Amino acid sequence: MRIAVVATCLGDAMFPQAPIATVQLLERLGHQVVFPADQTCCGQMHVNTGYLDAALPVVRHHVEVFGRALDDGVDAIVAPSGSCVGCVRHQHAMVARRAGDEGLARAAEEGAARTYELSELLVDVLGVTDVGAYYPHRVTYHPTCHSLRMLRVADKPLQLLRNVRGLQLVELPEAEVCCGFGGTFAVKNAETSTAMLADKMANVLSSRAEVCTAGDSSCLMHIGGGLSRLRSGVRTVHLAEILASTDRDSAVPASTDIVFEEASR
Amino acid sequence: MNAREEVLARLRTARDAGNPATPVVVTRDFATTGRLDPGSAAVLERLDETLTDYKATVHRVASEAEIAGAVVGVLGEARSIVVPAGLPGDWLRGYAGQVRTDGPPLAVDELDAVDAVVTGAAVAIADTGTFVLASAASDQGRRAITLVPDHHVCVIRAADVVCSVPEAIARLDPSSPLTFVSGPSATSDIELDRVEGVHGPRRLDVVLVGPG
Amino acid sequence: MTAVELGMPTVASDPHGHLRGTESFPRAAHRALADTQLRRNLGHATRTIRAKRAAVVGEVDDWEELRRAGESLKADTMARLPELLVQLEEQVTGRGGTVHWARDAEEANRIVVDLVRGTGADEVVKVKSMATQETGLNEALEAAGVAAFETDLAELIVQLSHDRPSHFLVPAIHRNRAEIREIFLREMPGVDPSLTDEPRRLAMAARAHLRRKFLTARVGISGVNFAVAETGTLSVVESEGNGRMCLTLPDTLITVMGVEKVVPTWRDLEVFLQLLPRSSTGERMNPYTSTWTGVTPGDGPQTFHLVLLDNGRSNVLASPDGRQALHCIRCSACLNVCPVYERTGGHAYGSIYPGPIGAVLSPQLTGISGPDDVNASLPYASSLCGACFDACPVRIDIPHLLVQQRAAAVAAHTRPTGQDLTMQAAAIAMTTPGRFKLAEKALGLGRVLAGRKGRITGLPWPMSGWTNARDLPAPPAETFRQWWERTHS
Repeated sequence: MRIAVVATCLGDAMFPQAPIATVQLLERLGHQVVFPADQTCCGQMHVNTGYLDAALPVVRHHVEVFGRALDDGVDAIVAPSGSCVGCVRHQHAMVARRAGDEGLARAAEEGAARTYELSELLVDVLGVTDVGAYYPHRVTYHPTCHSLRMLRVADKPLQLLRNVRGLQLVELPEAEVCCGFGGTFAVKNAETSTAMLADKMANVLSSRAEVCTAGDSSCLMHIGGGLSRLRSGVRTVHLAEILASTDRDSAVPASTDIVFEEASR
Repeated sequence: MNAREEVLARLRTARDAGNPATPVVVTRDFATTGRLDPGSAAVLERLDETLTDYKATVHRVASEAEIAGAVVGVLGEARSIVVPAGLPGDWLRGYAGQVRTDGPPLAVDELDAVDAVVTGAAVAIADTGTFVLASAASDQGRRAITLVPDHHVCVIRAADVVCSVPEAIARLDPSSPLTFVSGPSATSDIELDRVEGVHGPRRLDVVLVGPG
Repeated sequence: MTAVELGMPTVASDPHGHLRGTESFPRAAHRALADTQLRRNLGHATRTIRAKRAAVVGEVDDWEELRRAGESLKADTMARLPELLVQLEEQVTGRGGTVHWARDAEEANRIVVDLVRGTGADEVVKVKSMATQETGLNEALEAAGVAAFETDLAELIVQLSHDRPSHFLVPAIHRNRAEIREIFLREMPGVDPSLTDEPRRLAMAARAHLRRKFLTARVGISGVNFAVAETGTLSVVESEGNGRMCLTLPDTLITVMGVEKVVPTWRDLEVFLQLLPRSSTGERMNPYTSTWTGVTPGDGPQTFHLVLLDNGRSNVLASPDGRQALHCIRCSACLNVCPVYERTGGHAYGSIYPGPIGAVLSPQLTGISGPDDVNASLPYASSLCGACFDACPVRIDIPHLLVQQRAAAVAAHTRPTGQDLTMQAAAIAMTTPGRFKLAEKALGLGRVLAGRKGRITGLPWPMSGWTNARDLPAPPAETFRQWWERTHS
């Protein structure tokens, strides 16, 4: 299958390990991955902060870039992010229709129908739940709100994690409660966001996991940023990185895993 | 423009501005008949469970003839009771206390002075542990008589027991006042825990008549 | 001469009533978040109710079908709202009731005050009603020399402690049993001094306190849960029996309802009487639901007035998406599942409609007057986690409405804000791949900020909101784009 990767703006600039792992995983599974280089951002930050007019050209750009990829014979589009796919699937057409651009809305819907979050692509489209990964760590999984409630990925990420050799999956108490990130919410309502984060971290710590994973780098940046500040000894790793790991990789965490604690090495 | 005309004009303008492009289709894909047949032993059993769960005390009797025994039993020490004008006289056979019939209507203080009230019910809902009192029914009476006394004894016949809320709504006539009762009065206002016994009757006994 | 003597309520400085607080959500939340007692009380109460709701919703096989029915019935109602209200008016009038219309809170209060005065009563008993909380009726009655007794237990706690409600269903959800006992001991005349904090004892104390009031009240005031246009039947859904007392024993009943409470037919209650109790108190059915139609000779109040309140609802109706907020049946399920509400409580929202639905309803009812309007901060009081939509019994797409109201807040910017400029600059970068690459390069600056420790621990405002509690990783040495060029070209 020929698959176009959405690196996501956050993944491209700040957390490249997630899209890199996505590419490595899909290539290992025998697929051809393309990276439409003109891509920038899905526009989610603009939409969710209320800048729907400013979001319009960003949405149009995304739809055009990936529309061309589809025209060039790409079978599917994947993003290692539940919230970016949620924006593509549930907000792009809304932004276009609000601006009276029905043509763009239709094009957005066509693109959205072929756009998948990583666990959806693996389980629903590629029909694989054992990706042959090896990751000998105690891991807990945080279902991010947009993957859980916008995309309804349900237990697909857990199906994938259960088949990772060496991985000890432990339950996260109150897993379905938001970590408090919420994009600009974390800055505009920083104190409420922090209060939510405190409870999420307490649950992560009570699981005694060494790694907290999720399908969104943004939520992991939030949870990981708090865990780092506390020197908690728990790190955050994107689901794609776990699935990309094999026994040819070292069990010693790669540098990309510990983005918050480079200095300790 | 008076308030009526102005509010209606505003609402008409707003409604027309906001109406969706496609007309609304009302869907009723939910179950309108219950899982259990009305009047069946199974539906009575479920009603018994749900009433009990919300702290009503249920007394099962097999036939009309046994109602009086059950009613008089639960009235126990009650010295006086109030009944609606059309309550079957048989239901109180053997009751030794004072029976006050609400016709002509008793004053509120008189209702406050009696120990209990005995009524029938229009319909009961097994799924939710509810019975409905219809003010127009002669064996149920006006609303105050089942409200002010602290102990309510309600007789429910099998033929009036349905499984689901839609079945009950279909049987009811809203032109006279109705009271849906599910357990004795209760509140969840303190830490969202339900505790029974506030302003309505604090004790609720149900005599359930039918197979079981 | 005082305002009271002129017959003018002194409270209605804002004709909308209590739909707007005095400070923005983040400022109000700052205080609430520091109140450890509040945090514990809310955490305990919302956890309890979430578990109860989940259990009773799980019993219903056709719950999703019921939600869809509720959604479509409400949408149908909004599409026919003026006609349904006229039908309701005809039915109520035909059955001996009197219908009044109020443009705003001030007018509704004036109507009620005049009606109460007309009876000569100087006391009224009230069953909890969001509509009269919204209009600030109690203050208007007080200004007119009429004592209003709230009879719902939680509302009584709020009234006795001179507090404000913080939840639709349980206005005193922010108080625990020990605090309630203290309030009763301090404020309730004739209370038994040996009162304990056992909930049953506290409920008994409320019963004793209000019993005489109920038995002697001449005027009752209520709200409405559902008003059936087809038959003119009104309904009140409650638990304690205080509603029955107010609806049954007084000679005069005055009912105030927001115009959106109308439903087309009696049959529609087959849906709403399943959705509301399970979503609200987490019960299969609430202890008491009363329905009545106009005046019934020989049963209950012989004088009945119905006040139909607009107070901004027509503004909400005018928005094709936003009107969904009028579908709300005030169950409070969205409050109970909201991680923001659970931590800040209801007072932080300012408006008497708190939580996710309040955050989209209040700014629509009042409109957003400009960047400094405190109601403009409400739509941002959410992480858009979506738990509210899943819990909503009538499927109101609250996350979408939050985004829509954020857009309304942005549109009300009368001068460009710092946030506006940032967003515009970002949009330009994000539509021009060359500029986006440049912006990524600028992130290299972050590596300088991070220094050797690899973490960014302090940034200037507004990003200090982040770094006050969380580290930010140093930007990577290589972006994905650079990695791709290095490995795939």
